[in-house]
Amino acid sequence: MMRDLIERLTQRYKLGAPVFQRADLTFVDLAANDQLRSLLLELRDREGFTHLVLLTAVDWLEEGRFQLTYMLNNRDANQTLALRVYLDREVAVGETIHDIWPTAETYQRELREMFGIDFPGSPRVDEEFILEGWTDLPPYRRDFDTLAYSQQTYRDRPGRETTDPRTHMKHKLYPEG
Amino acid sequence: MKDMDKSFKKDTETEFPLREELRPHQVTAPDGQVIEVDPLQDYFCQEPPKVHRKSYVRIVEDFYNWARAHSLWILGFGTGCGAIEMRPLMTPRFDAYRYGIQWRATPRQANLMVISGYLSVKTLKRAIRAYEQMPSPKYVVGLGSCTINGGMYWDSYNTIKRLDDYLPVDLYIAGCMPRPEALLAGFMDLKKLIRKGQGEGANKYAENFDWYKENQKAVIKDWDMPDYNW
Ligand code: SF4
Repeated sequence: MMRDLIERLTQRYKLGAPVFQRADLTFVDLAANDQLRSLLLELRDREGFTHLVLLTAVDWLEEGRFQLTYMLNNRDANQTLALRVYLDREVAVGETIHDIWPTAETYQRELREMFGIDFPGSPRVDEEFILEGWTDLPPYRRDFDTLAYSQQTYRDRPGRETTDPRTHMKHKLYPEG
Repeated sequence: MKDMDKSFKKDTETEFPLREELRPHQVTAPDGQVIEVDPLQDYFCQEPPKVHRKSYVRIVEDFYNWARAHSLWILGFGTGCGAIEMRPLMTPRFDAYRYGIQWRATPRQANLMVISGYLSVKTLKRAIRAYEQMPSPKYVVGLGSCTINGGMYWDSYNTIKRLDDYLPVDLYIAGCMPRPEALLAGFMDLKKLIRKGQGEGANKYAENFDWYKENQKAVIKDWDMPDYNW
């Protein structure tokens, strides 16, 4: 079923090569961001993908882009389709879909706070979501170094020891070496 | 620590703006009178906490301490994973009530604060408020390795590592997470400390008030409460 669907959609949308992860889970890239809305609407209204499972982001720092994953579920067919679109990391502005799925509003607020991806027009997107009084880089961006930040912010208690798990287990399992 | 990345520098410049509703503004009373209010100054008492003196007679102080040790009321404030351990503790399985330890719903009715795990900066703010609202003498118990040295959240950008930088901790209970038995043992130890007259957290807080405030404000960037809100 998914192969047929992707084939049909590829005729009108710029889809990349699909990845059939499991029998009920498919990933596919969408190369044209301006087609996102119409594709999502078509999937929701014609193809039965009525449920937005999640909307999340990945920071591809080296490639200079963010990946947004829109995961949709078709309950009747028991199929999940994940659409991936890419945003320029410097611009980091996505298109809001809160009018297609109201739950997207919450995801978009989270992405705005944790990745700094803006969704103009999404309700309350500029308000604080989880963090309070955050002034640094958005913490889920990969150029934000959480270890360095915590070392520069919170005082360590002396005496804390860290062991490398690998050498520790090696020593424990084979004490003779 | 050796694996610190030198290239990342935390942003120390940006100040978080004071929230709109907390800035000084004008209010019109029902009779038309216009009143200037500065919410942070006018709505709260600004008096810093005072050190509570010991009584002059040793035996009286001992009596007080004996009484204090037998009157522990825990604030039902749960944070981190450890809060889940307090449920079996306050219900028949472990039944802390038989030791005379009870949970209360509000800070005004409690004198023992159990910080039951990691504290995010956001929760720390609430914990400070709740602690300051509790009547003295009051005690703080830190639960689990997260309150001691950060525990498994040692590299998190949003959780504090040493609770005693921000609140005067009387006793730590180690573990990740400590079992209810460990908590009971900890409470017994706390009682011993109080009887020996060493449960002086509230006085320590009052004496080093400026140091505590400095530490607290260093991590809580949107400080939107008065310095002492009891
Ligand atoms: S010490 Fe362990 S159990 Fe307790 S809050 Fe931290 S991680 Fe959770």
